Amino acid sequence: MIPRIFAYVRHSNGIPDDMGVQLSVVAKKIDASAPLTAIVTGFGPNLDRACEALRAIYQEVWKIPHPSFEHPTPESVGRILPAALPQGSVVLLAHDHFGMDVGPGLSIKLNGAYVADIVGVDQLQGSTLKLICKEYGGQFNTHVACDTSAGAVITVRPGAFKAKEPVPFSGEIVNRVVDVPVTPSRRRYIGTIAAPAGDVDITRFDILVSIGRGIQKPDNIPIAEELAKELGAAVSCSRPVVDAKWLDKSRQVGSSGKTVKPKVYLACGISGQFQHLAGLKGSPFIIAINKNRQAPIFQVADIGVVADIIEFLPELTDKVREFKAKRIPVGAR
Amino acid sequence: MNILVCVKRVPDTTENEFQLNSSKTDIEREELVYSINEPDNYAVEEAIQIVSRVGGEVTVVTVGDDEDEEILRREMAMGAAHAVLLSDERFEGSDGRGIASVLKAFVQKNKFDLVLTGVQADAGGAQVGGMLAALLDYPFASLVNAIEVIDTKKLKICREIEGGSRETSEIDLPCVLSIQTGINEPRYVGMRGIRQVASIPIPTFDAAQLQISDGVIGSAAAKVRRIDYFVPISGTNARMLTGSSEEMAEEILELVEANGGLQ
Ligand SMILES: Cc1cc2nc3c(=O)[nH]c(=O)nc-3n(C[C@H](O)[C@H](O)[C@H](O)COP(=O)(O)OP(=O)(O)OC[C@H]3O[C@@H](n4cnc5c(N)ncnc54)[C@H](O)[C@@H]3O)c2cc1C
Ligand SMILES: Nc1ncnc2c1ncn2[C@@H]1O[C@H](COP(=O)(O)O)[C@@H](O)[C@H]1O
Repeated sequence: MIPRIFAYVRHSNGIPDDMGVQLSVVAKKIDASAPLTAIVTGFGPNLDRACEALRAIYQEVWKIPHPSFEHPTPESVGRILPAALPQGSVVLLAHDHFGMDVGPGLSIKLNGAYVADIVGVDQLQGSTLKLICKEYGGQFNTHVACDTSAGAVITVRPGAFKAKEPVPFSGEIVNRVVDVPVTPSRRRYIGTIAAPAGDVDITRFDILVSIGRGIQKPDNIPIAEELAKELGAAVSCSRPVVDAKWLDKSRQVGSSGKTVKPKVYLACGISGQFQHLAGLKGSPFIIAINKNRQAPIFQVADIGVVADIIEFLPELTDKVREFKAKRIPVGAR
Repeated sequence: MNILVCVKRVPDTTENEFQLNSSKTDIEREELVYSINEPDNYAVEEAIQIVSRVGGEVTVVTVGDDEDEEILRREMAMGAAHAVLLSDERFEGSDGRGIASVLKAFVQKNKFDLVLTGVQADAGGAQVGGMLAALLDYPFASLVNAIEVIDTKKLKICREIEGGSRETSEIDLPCVLSIQTGINEPRYVGMRGIRQVASIPIPTFDAAQLQISDGVIGSAAAKVRRIDYFVPISGTNARMLTGSSEEMAEEILELVEANGGLQ
């Protein structure tokens, strides 16, 4: 039995985050009989619009207005949540840059359990909740038992729970005026800097030759560039390639990089972790080339090749050249 | 500025092919290659760079056992002045909160202006830093990818948010920051550097010395417990190509064309 479940839902310009629906799905899987409330912070008409939209999914929506929430930061929200939540509640957050920032500290302040980044809900037995998480880069799943008797904070992996078309209903919006602490915040928001544009816009290509840590060293990058040139593709990459400063940040695909929608995605030496896959939209045809048969990328790719990319990519480039040479140019027919 | 960096030794995901053990309670630990958790290494580098600008010392700490001394020495070779091991059988089975409670006890017995952790470690929680901050009642920021020291009381930081954008803030000291990979370029550590610190004794503290009560550590206090591991069943596994690499290359090309990529 869980007394109450809360889902903190972010919104931008009055439109609730996709996770609003997904968190409601998780809440129902945890305990369909527990009262469920969405918590929304903000200010002005955008807050009204977000709450209005969430009413169709949640039986209750707590609307928490305050001028300081015009741009709600994890810091400002983390400061008001502990006092606003009843003892023993289960709180759901998205496992994103916001939830990761608020969640752990909130669990301490509520004196509850903390489980991060769940991808599944197994069952609730008494107050023990069995959840499913992923470890070792997505290679293995694990069952985690969480004692919810004093409440719990749980973050949910974006995209892990398929949102069914919600049954439309009309929840109640409750205006919650909370005490915003008068002591000045010890972390003060200054502003947001947009990512710089970079040299090549990888979002515009039909084919991406994407390289990961498996490329091993910067000297090997021309292998991918040549293949891309022959295919009329761009070279994109996973995060470690950018962290090592081998390619510009604008080439990075993933949750902290670009969202791309190619027709064909060649994942070369990329293990396929969720932050990377989060950047792939529009169901591209994924061809994964990896030397490890166990690599999680093979769980999501359409086609898999077990090979060393340093050897295989040049062979593929040769094949493309051969293929193009055979093709009779339209003008010469 | 005195900086504490919390570090963890983890199985190296780039060097190992993992298997589950027979009881499915853990991965097979025989013959695993371990290394320092990647973001923790960036955190140590960041701390070293900060003290080289504004003065002070870097201390690295881990909650673990003797085998973890290996990474403490590596980080000393990198430039950390001190290394500390927090070790006790009673810590075993701790959840994130338990580990954070051990670290809290150590922080309270010392004086640090800044505490750094990595964003997340192998068990994937990304939780110890935020919990430690809450236990100490320090301000916290996660996913930090730039730090500028303004004065002895505050820092200017950037956090990584969606799509590579950055959120900038000012944060008061002392604070806890979790460091994201890519914040700097960690220096190379050679065998020679490691040999030079090989015989420096590493101070070790147990639960009694840290005055930690049983109520917050070990499996009895843990609110979260891992039961078992299993291999995920996914309905959409890739079709694996076979044949010579030439045949596979040819097939890939046909597929690229068929799926509308090739012009
Ligand atoms: C908050 C946060 C945000 C993040 N955002 C992003 C993001 O936006 N984008 C992103 O990509 N990651 C992101 N990450 C990092 C992500 O978790 C993974 O660490 C990263 O995606 C792994 O990159 P990889 O697959 O290239 O490297 P690894 O996981 O190290 O995989 C390398 C793969 O290459 C294979 N390989 C090695 N050598 C060869 C060879 N010669 N031939 C063929 N295969 C080979 C290996 O078998 C392995 O599967 C983020 C992490 C965090 C915590
Ligand atoms: N056993 C440990 N000892 C010291 N620091 C740790 C330990 N476990 C986790 N940390 C720190 O907390 C960060 C986040 O880890 P986690 O919350 O386990 O994902 C790591 O990057 C380390 O900096």
